[in-house]
Amino acid sequence: MTKRQSKLEAINLDAYYGDFQALKNINIAMEEKAVTAFIGPSGCGKSTFLRTFNRMNDYIDGFRTEGQILLDGRDIYATDVRVDELRKEVGMVFQKPNPFPKTIFENVVYGLKIQGIKDKKTLQETCEKSLQQAALWNEVKDKLDKSALALSGGQQQRLCIARALAIQPSVILMDEPASALDPISTAKIEELIYELKKDYTIVIVTHNMQQAGRVSDHTAFFYMGELVEYAKTKTMFTSPKDTRTQNYITGRFG
Amino acid sequence: MTNSEKNRLKDKAFQVFGIFCTFIGLVVLAIFLIDIVMEGIGRIDWDFLTSLPSRRAARAGILTAWAGTLWILVLSALIAFPLGIAAGIYLEEYAKKTKLSNFLEINIANLAGVPSIIYGLLGLELFVRMMNLGGILLAGALALSLLILPIIIVTTREAIKAVPRTIRDGSFALGASKWQTVWNQVLPASFGGILTGVILALSRAVGEAAPLIVIGALAYVPFVPKTPMDEFTVLPIQIFNWTSRPQEAFLTNAAAAIIILLLITFLLNGIAVYLRHRQQKKIKW
Repeated sequence: MTKRQSKLEAINLDAYYGDFQALKNINIAMEEKAVTAFIGPSGCGKSTFLRTFNRMNDYIDGFRTEGQILLDGRDIYATDVRVDELRKEVGMVFQKPNPFPKTIFENVVYGLKIQGIKDKKTLQETCEKSLQQAALWNEVKDKLDKSALALSGGQQQRLCIARALAIQPSVILMDEPASALDPISTAKIEELIYELKKDYTIVIVTHNMQQAGRVSDHTAFFYMGELVEYAKTKTMFTSPKDTRTQNYITGRFG
Repeated sequence: MTNSEKNRLKDKAFQVFGIFCTFIGLVVLAIFLIDIVMEGIGRIDWDFLTSLPSRRAARAGILTAWAGTLWILVLSALIAFPLGIAAGIYLEEYAKKTKLSNFLEINIANLAGVPSIIYGLLGLELFVRMMNLGGILLAGALALSLLILPIIIVTTREAIKAVPRTIRDGSFALGASKWQTVWNQVLPASFGGILTGVILALSRAVGEAAPLIVIGALAYVPFVPKTPMDEFTVLPIQIFNWTSRPQEAFLTNAAAAIIILLLITFLLNGIAVYLRHRQQKKIKW
């Protein structure tokens, strides 16, 4: 697999909540081992779109999609796709840090345990490796058996990233991962994203234009359920083609 | 008098009225407790707790009654606990919002309001007659399980609902199935709340006499029940029986038995409060 192959692709994707159409004919292809940022005003459909990649919308009554989402060329909404298998491949980090009310160790290895992996050595090794990848190991290595809820917000979010990394996905979806954090914690998360893109394909939803500028290689601008513009981040921020994009990134609305 | 003075006066007036209303309940409870304790506390001794019932008030004890109450408590818990929790989990986590699930929900809420004697009649028909069990412990426990089942279902749902959506999302996003999420995340996080509800439901069941009388529990049981298939009596029935006797000495016995029954109820409620408190301290979302 070469680096330039598209890892994730949406083809003519429509999404509905009951009668409301949240996404309108989205076509996009995202590169492997790169960071793609989704930006747009609240309610533009970017989070809905992000959640179609690991089918988190499946639990919402009345939600349905038309069109295709391809992961490595395979339609993830095909009937033979098992959602649990898909989510081993596509991890997710949420807006608000959501550690489980368990120990730090239990949080990291949760994904492995539910796969039935019980071997202590494997669990411990994965725990250490994932926490190191998430740049959290040095802060928590002496208190792995302490409750995850005792960590700070920023640490909790990095724990959630470690938790997602532990099951070795190839894609990580991030839904405004730093919006609930202070500037220092935010900077740490952004550094982390920069490190992680060496090994992972990352899709991040953000309300923070500077953040999109700092962390992403490509940016997609959504408005009213449509994908208005999709380009290299530098290009988009210096010379947007669509006036709506221009108005949004210069802060005239949203 | 200016307007603001008037408002302040009204405020004050309501405060006094509010205090009065609050104290009515307290005062009545206090009078009741003092009356019962003065009457019965002298009668409670080891013999009273360990003696079989008797026609002579001075020799009568409540051994069979409190043993029966304990039996009923444990059996009802064993029956209603898994059923109620499973139903609560199903309704909250699995059931889609359809007309059928709405219909189920409304009727479970209705069931919680059905008078207990109706459950007794149902138990009489279903367990005593149709299943031919007779007036035994198991039949009584089954009837009381039906009585507390709706309460357990409702409190289970409330406790489960209090677990944040984000925890479920986190679990699903790591590839967990619905059942794995319920078992590993939702239940541990809501268990204190569920247990609290179950215990409160049981403490209600402990005080019930009517449904058990209807299914044929006896007032006079000269032996301690050894298995769920034995005949039985419970404290409320014993109390009811003694208060309907003309002799003064039996009223003293009744007061003493009421103290024991209240102790059991307070103990259960105390455990419930403790569990809820511990739960709140342990988990802050």
